[in-house]
Amino acid sequence: MTAFITGLIFGLGLILSGMTNPDKIIGFLDILGNWDPSLLLVMLGAIVVTATSFHLTKNRQQSFFGQPIKLPASSNIDHKLIIGSLVFGVGWGLGGYCPGPSLASVLQGGYQPLVFVTSMLVGMGFFEIFNQFGNKKRLSN
Amino acid sequence: MNIDWANFAIWQSLTGGMLIGLAAALLLYFNGRIAGISGIVGGLLRPAKEDIGWRVAFISGLMISSFVYMIANPLPVSKIDADISTLIIAGVMVGFGTRYGSGCTSGHGVCGLSRGSLRSFAATVSFILAGVLTVYFAKHLMG
Repeated sequence: MTAFITGLIFGLGLILSGMTNPDKIIGFLDILGNWDPSLLLVMLGAIVVTATSFHLTKNRQQSFFGQPIKLPASSNIDHKLIIGSLVFGVGWGLGGYCPGPSLASVLQGGYQPLVFVTSMLVGMGFFEIFNQFGNKKRLSN
Repeated sequence: MNIDWANFAIWQSLTGGMLIGLAAALLLYFNGRIAGISGIVGGLLRPAKEDIGWRVAFISGLMISSFVYMIANPLPVSKIDADISTLIIAGVMVGFGTRYGSGCTSGHGVCGLSRGSLRSFAATVSFILAGVLTVYFAKHLMG
């Protein structure tokens, strides 16, 4: 239930800040044209709140409900991180959608968010297949 | 560079951002997880599905948010220029790229940067740079 409320708050933040409108995302990425810096302030607002609370919980091992706190363990900058992020960035620039806003828009009507989300799930599925294949290869070596 | 003041909504952006930050903080406090949307969705497509419950709950909340928003305010207008084939290519690239690069705007851009992760900083710089170049090519060279 708390995860549901959390998702809801996340979505309301995205809608309020205009991030569900692909035109605003393209406007942000269009640094060399007519630049809309909104996304920068959205990230700034989010980071101030998140960084403060992460700092306050730094020494906790468990969440309030006793689940272990799972932070990403990896800290190395490898080719997967960079290539993946570049591929994501191109897709982001083409459609003006990233995963959060597309999901928040999917029930708003209109076929575009639906087409995007379906394709995104296919892309994520490709990754799982790719990843499985990679793991099998590594195991057989 | 020319700032688009007509569309630059300073206070809405900051308040919306703070709500996103609050959600990220709550997910860590209550569920012990990082609010990375691509990771939350992608985890459902794993052959060995882990902890489905909270993932489905979070995504449902996210999807229903537009109806809740509509109770108080009319939804902001969305303008989508991309045609259907562009949306399909964009979607597949975003889906694959965020999983291969272990994160998207929320996971790397918000949560990662908030933790001071150098890895997330590198990822954020990469996807913004790729996005800027893509828009430049599409809008100013070809468009």
